[in-house]
Amino acid sequence: MGGGRPHGRGVGVVSGPADGVASGRVDDDGAGLRASLRVAWGGFALDADLDVAPGRVLAVLGPNGAGKTTALRAIAGLTPLTGGAVAHDGEVWDDPAVGVFVPPADRAAATVFQDYLLFPHLDALENVAFGLRARGVGRQEARRRAAEWLERVGLADHTRARPGELSGGQQQRVALARALVTSPRVLLLDEPLAALDAATRADVRADLRRHLAGFAGATVLVTHDPLDAMILADDLAVLEGGRVTQRGAPADVARAPRTDYVARLAGLNLYRGVADGGRVRLAAGGEIVVGHPARGEVFVAFSPGAVALYRTPPDGSPRNVWRGRVVGAEHRGDTVRVRLDGAPPVLADITPAALADLRLGVGDEVWAAVKANETDVYPA
Amino acid sequence: MPGSSSRSARRRAPGPRPPALLLVPAALGLGFLLLPLAALVLRAPWGDLARHLTSPQAGEALRLSLVSASAATVVCVVLGVPLAWVLARVPFRGRALVRALVTVPLVLPPVVGGVALLLLLGRRGLVGRHLDAWFGVSLPFTTAAVVVAEAFVAMPFLVVAVEGALRGADPRFEEAAASLGASRWTTFRRVTLPMVAPGVAAGTVLCFARALGEFGATITFAGNFPGVTRTMPIAVYLALETDPDAAVVLSLVLLAASVAVLVALRGRWVAAALTGGGSAS
Repeated sequence: MGGGRPHGRGVGVVSGPADGVASGRVDDDGAGLRASLRVAWGGFALDADLDVAPGRVLAVLGPNGAGKTTALRAIAGLTPLTGGAVAHDGEVWDDPAVGVFVPPADRAAATVFQDYLLFPHLDALENVAFGLRARGVGRQEARRRAAEWLERVGLADHTRARPGELSGGQQQRVALARALVTSPRVLLLDEPLAALDAATRADVRADLRRHLAGFAGATVLVTHDPLDAMILADDLAVLEGGRVTQRGAPADVARAPRTDYVARLAGLNLYRGVADGGRVRLAAGGEIVVGHPARGEVFVAFSPGAVALYRTPPDGSPRNVWRGRVVGAEHRGDTVRVRLDGAPPVLADITPAALADLRLGVGDEVWAAVKANETDVYPA
Repeated sequence: MPGSSSRSARRRAPGPRPPALLLVPAALGLGFLLLPLAALVLRAPWGDLARHLTSPQAGEALRLSLVSASAATVVCVVLGVPLAWVLARVPFRGRALVRALVTVPLVLPPVVGGVALLLLLGRRGLVGRHLDAWFGVSLPFTTAAVVVAEAFVAMPFLVVAVEGALRGADPRFEEAAASLGASRWTTFRRVTLPMVAPGVAAGTVLCFARALGEFGATITFAGNFPGVTRTMPIAVYLALETDPDAAVVLSLVLLAASVAVLVALRGRWVAAALTGGGSAS
């Protein structure tokens, strides 16, 4: 068994500082968001440190009940801390030890809630203008800036629509505009895509990615969908049972999962590339033929279970075949996850029997194959 | 013949006949509730209706009732909506007790309410004696006393309706407002209140109806002075002795007002509020 599974389950950075992970952490001068979240509530305890530098996006990935939403609420000030502290740019927002608590309305943070919570009695324009009006901006000016933001999220034609008259994707855009129009320093996104159907999700995700790239503040994104985390975030923290079990760059976490949850969820082959019809040239090297034609910047994803390994070049239906070198193999329940280095590097889940048949060891050269129709393509 | 078969199926649909032991008292109960109203409508002097309605006494009582019930409703809304908000949104010790106390006037005999108001606000009452000594204000036996008595009896209807609507409304909308920078007052004014507006409307209608029909507390605390404190219900009671036809006509007016309230309550916007939580869903 090559590779082996790292034993540490505690908090730690997967890659060394040289890989750029450290740049996502808050510097010593305290710029950005520094959150040491301790919330005890009934039998549940949240104990997580989440630091985000300005301009960075931190995804908090975890199963239901892991405390993700509680973490977000604590940063927003909707759930007071019982320990630890939240500070932004050196300004303390919540520190029970010294009795400091800045109410939600006075924090430079804006939240996009999971079900958006658009005010049902206000139209899109008034929803977006709400935060400005609440902060004392005049009616005309607030409406002008709100209209500007609605145009930016592509809803210039829907300013007078009530939330009930908008589709899920449109509501999500209104919620995003409503949060960003106030120029927050911290943006909190609670499962921003969970309420959308699969068809809308890819488009909204791509738009969200664009808006996050243009956002100068710190973003915390809570999600249970590894794809959201991989595509939208610069840094990833995995939250399980109220604790951070792994953190690092999304790609690193996916390739070196430390817990079964991460392995199951985040163990995803995900690549950036440029599509030209049915072919995608990958940034990581190599080319993938995909099932659905696309153009421009895209993400290509497929599960490790979709990858077959061969000792000799296979014939027949698989459209994507490339050479790789085995760099690790770990047992995960009924399957073995094999890590290959190649163009592109890839994770493959195979049965122990197949592993035995192939007589694979670390350093061996094998052929990886993926059918085009097993791949998903997302606009970037 | 699909038409006739579906019709017979529909006739059979209710299933086995309900037992007579339940049906007979049910029918008696229905008759008991409706026959008195039918008698009122049947015995009304329809020919003389206009004359009775335009009589000075009736006009006076009608005007006084509308003015005092409207004023009482305004008092109830101004004080009752904030009270409902506190009960629904501010956790404090003894909240359940306060909530129960607020509903006492609902079950209290109105006459007792009138006596209680006299003991507080009467010329020699706990507060009334100071009002008299310091400001020369004496509340009992004035139109203001009518408003106070009606508001005392009617306010619980409003508080209960509005608090129900508030508790049914999703408080996370208020959190969303707060996270967008809104103060609690701004949140209340721009988010909470509009979202429970149907509940406030329902409570206001109920409150107005109760104030309009108030008799016991009013006559006890405010007395019976024509044009000053003699509201419709009191006028009906007095007219029964002297001019029964006038009493019947005034009663019809009150019946019509009640029906109007029922229609308003059955309207879509109000019914929604009473059955569950405004437009939050």
